[in-house]
Amino acid sequence: MHKDLLRLMRAEQSVRRHLAVTLAAATLAGLLVLVQAELLAGVLSGRFTLAALGVLALVVGLRALLGWSQGVFAGRTATGVKSALRERLLGRLQEMGPARLAGHRSGELVTLAGRGLDRLDPYLAGYLPAMAVAAVVPLAVLIRLFAGDLASAVIVLVTLPLIPIFGALVGMHTKATTERQFHALARLGGHFLDVVRGLPTLRAFGRARHQATVIQQVADAHRGATMRTLRVAFLSSLVLELCASLSLALVAVPIGLRLLGGNLDLTTALLVLLLAPEAYLPLRMMGTRFHASMEGVAAADAAFAVLDDAAVDDAAVDEEVKAAPAAAQRERGEGPPEIRLENVTVRYPGREDAALEDVSLVIAPGERVALVGESGGGKSTLLHLLLGFVSPASGRVLVGGRPPDTPDELAFVPQRPHLFATSVADNIRLGAPDATLPEVRQAAKAAHADAFVEALPDGYDTVVGERGANFSAGQRQRIALARAFCRPDATVLLLDEPTARLDGRSEAAVVEATATLAEGRTAVIVAHRPAMIDLADRVIRIHAGRVLSDTRRDATTAAGSGDDLREIR
Amino acid sequence: MKRRMGLRIVWAVLAGAAADLAGLGLIAAAAWLITRAAEQPELAALSVAIVATRAFATSRGVFRYAERLTGHDVALRAQAETRERLYGALIPPQQPRHGGADLLSRMVDDTEAVQDLLVRVLLPATAALITGAAAVVIALTLAPFAALVLLAGLVVAGVLLPVGTAAAARRWSARLAPARAALAERVADLVHGSADLAAYGAGERALAKAMEADAELAALERRQSRVHAASLGVGTLVQGLTVAGIVLAARAAGADTVATAVLALTALVSFEPVLPLAAAGERMAGITAALRRLREVRSASPAVTEPQAPAAPPEGPVTVQVDDLVVRHAPGAPPAVDGISFTLEPGKRVALVGPSGAGKSTVLAALMRLLEPECGSVRVNGVNTAELDSGQVRTLMTGLTQDPYIFRTTLRDNLRLAGPEATDDDLARAVRDARLDQWVSRTGWDAELGEDGRTVSGGQLQRLSLARALLYDPQVLLLDEPAEALDEETADALMADLLDVTHDRTTLLVTHRLKGLEQVDEIIVMEHGRAIQRGTHDDLLAVPGYYRDLWQSEALTRR
Repeated sequence: MHKDLLRLMRAEQSVRRHLAVTLAAATLAGLLVLVQAELLAGVLSGRFTLAALGVLALVVGLRALLGWSQGVFAGRTATGVKSALRERLLGRLQEMGPARLAGHRSGELVTLAGRGLDRLDPYLAGYLPAMAVAAVVPLAVLIRLFAGDLASAVIVLVTLPLIPIFGALVGMHTKATTERQFHALARLGGHFLDVVRGLPTLRAFGRARHQATVIQQVADAHRGATMRTLRVAFLSSLVLELCASLSLALVAVPIGLRLLGGNLDLTTALLVLLLAPEAYLPLRMMGTRFHASMEGVAAADAAFAVLDDAAVDDAAVDEEVKAAPAAAQRERGEGPPEIRLENVTVRYPGREDAALEDVSLVIAPGERVALVGESGGGKSTLLHLLLGFVSPASGRVLVGGRPPDTPDELAFVPQRPHLFATSVADNIRLGAPDATLPEVRQAAKAAHADAFVEALPDGYDTVVGERGANFSAGQRQRIALARAFCRPDATVLLLDEPTARLDGRSEAAVVEATATLAEGRTAVIVAHRPAMIDLADRVIRIHAGRVLSDTRRDATTAAGSGDDLREIR
Repeated sequence: MKRRMGLRIVWAVLAGAAADLAGLGLIAAAAWLITRAAEQPELAALSVAIVATRAFATSRGVFRYAERLTGHDVALRAQAETRERLYGALIPPQQPRHGGADLLSRMVDDTEAVQDLLVRVLLPATAALITGAAAVVIALTLAPFAALVLLAGLVVAGVLLPVGTAAAARRWSARLAPARAALAERVADLVHGSADLAAYGAGERALAKAMEADAELAALERRQSRVHAASLGVGTLVQGLTVAGIVLAARAAGADTVATAVLALTALVSFEPVLPLAAAGERMAGITAALRRLREVRSASPAVTEPQAPAAPPEGPVTVQVDDLVVRHAPGAPPAVDGISFTLEPGKRVALVGPSGAGKSTVLAALMRLLEPECGSVRVNGVNTAELDSGQVRTLMTGLTQDPYIFRTTLRDNLRLAGPEATDDDLARAVRDARLDQWVSRTGWDAELGEDGRTVSGGQLQRLSLARALLYDPQVLLLDEPAEALDEETADALMADLLDVTHDRTTLLVTHRLKGLEQVDEIIVMEHGRAIQRGTHDDLLAVPGYYRDLWQSEALTRR
């Protein structure tokens, strides 16, 4: 049993109920096999009249019904568990926030929370019911056998434990071999994907054709290794199969001899013959289901690893939050706020150097600040601080006199904005879900996004393709700007290199829109290109986590091209 | 090869059928033994049945073991063959497909469908067919009418039910696939868009939307599980009713206790290999879809047409002449390259610069004959590359391509693929020229490079690819964004080394960084597939435009 999964199922009431029905139906159907055997043995021996066949049909019908409900409720259990786990997983990812999420391989998380959880189906719908049946039915069969024919019951009782014992013995023996070979197998299995992925590189050096023979060799090696593993692994099933069929022979032959001597009646003999295999079957079934559910167990492990990992991180953050000084509440609606950093140091886990070291800054209300400096110097970290994505290890950050916590007064244009798989209009009203279509249009117009959006086949209702694939970088950037415009109440504007990777024309449109947007707001812009830097009335250069220079630009220099900065310290 | 494969399949089928038949024989012999013993004949009359019971009991396990081994062997061979054929189809350059890396993984997963088809569907179905037929034949000798009942039951459970589940699974997977995709999209939105969501406080709403998609998928899955449940129920029902019907028919025909018991128990056991076929039917929907996708890949036409009789490759130092090249990625799409012309003289270096999406990499792909230009030509010493074997063109012009790949093998083998005959000295020189020697001496030549080159940093990856290109030493060296995805300092260092080592080599360099370009002979600025500026660094810096703009902004962000 998977402990974490069990805990999850206990916590969800509907899942608990559905699982209970599944297990009850499976067990009951298993027990009805006893009744069915009883009836069939009676009819075949002539003890019951043919009318008993009607009862037999009824029992069969009932088993079918139970089998059906087992399937239906197993399906409900599986979807219930998956939904609950998915909700927790996604909730955790949400809590972790963008900064900590960046430390994970996002592709793997997406797969895990999506398709990955489907691998739980064989475990939930197959293994768990099989386990319940294996716990009850063999015991019931044994009891019935003891009541009917002691000698046969003893044979079954003695041989029955051989199945789990041999299963475990062979399993233990093969485990070491299997694990040793599993690594090699995974590597060989991955080779084909590796080669297919690297095909463009192979093509570039004229090695594509040669690799075909390598693929063949590796496939042969893979098959050889797999078969060596399987030869041992299938031994367990050989033993189980032999146990079951030999016990049948062990039971049948003595019974026949005793019938010959007249020491046994035919009904009991037939019943024993019918029931004996039913004692072994559930155990073998459980073994099969267990192997089929291994992938699901791995998926569950991965999911709970993320949940637990996040939990640890949270504890650390809570302490940070507690350590942060209580700040005064800022009253709303009093224009752009002041931004204040006091001796702020930010460290990322696993990195020696601080991302920001002892930075103190005051950005006046309504000021437009350009952050410049090489990548990795700490510019984005500063923005993330103001967004509340990261917390300072020491010092404090105040936006309008209080710590930032994804506040409503904020508009943010990231370096690579994400476009969501929904309509363009909904993408623009991301930060203002109640915005009307005219408001959305107005925001798009202000962001110079109206022309290309209206040229789309469905205009604002056009659904954005996979991660915005149907838009150019410049268009994506302008939709992100429209998002910012769609929050007219925002008083702080944060932009992260909005014109990186844009061609000249797109850049001009974005710069113009940014200029409009920055009016009457406190703006912090991470900038690389001169046109964007020209917008600012103050340029802060950050290097290796420290403020290297802080230059105020007056009207005359602001009109220049940006390379004649007058430095003031 | 094919014949031996066929023989292996026959052995696997025979082993499977033998295991099932032994099970059938075991129960028939045991039933006969018991019911006959109840009539209290001489012991000698039972001896055959006793021996048969023991023999069947022993052989069943052995046959099953043999079946599983031969079955998996056949399946692995079939999968290997499918992969070889798939790989063969992928060798000629093809139109880039939508989906990229995910698509490749799925394609590789799809080759497992062949394995499933054999192990889960074809082999068990054949074994079940043989066993079912044997059971019907046994029944025919005992009570012909009962045999008819058995046949009907087996056909329902072994043919109609799987066909039904296959059809249902096909219908459901058609509805489930979009629901799964919708959920995947929402989850991707949550993960990839987490910064946007957090900044705008829209996380809760996005989470609710994801859970809505999950609920929709769950509802569909629940309904699908009802189909599966129904097939389970129907299977049980058919088995039980068939046995009851056989007893009734046998008694009506006046069969004795022995015959009836043998009939009933044989019938009961004959369903064992047949009932799992319903689940195999469900699996068929996925298998056929995978096989269809593989067929589509194999039948896709290559991106370039090879000449019937390739021209002789040019000798000596080559001059590459690109004339009015136009490339479209799809008919009707705007041209990715829109009338580019330039000449690469031996020993000269040309740089293509411009924003991403300007068509720079497409020019390189056209030079390497990875795609067919719409019009215009690429000539090597006057010979149109369309008249050459495309592999031959790539031995002349190649180098550091877009998205260079690091294979999961040793550092040495990763380099060697560009020079299988290279000596250790050659390797050492290439590594030295790419300024990778320090890293190599630290990690060692036999270091296994991790999955997707994960143990290799971005800078090392680009340098390793550069070393490969230098080792290959083509007549015309192509370098596509060698400083892509590197931080400023690493990028500067790499570009400096690169410009140093390519001195006097015929080189075409694609880049979006301008530092160091004063060393190249010609710079072509591309935008929207066209050359908007061209000249030397000094020429371009003298006039206002994209180049000067970018140069100034680069200078500004530098320390």
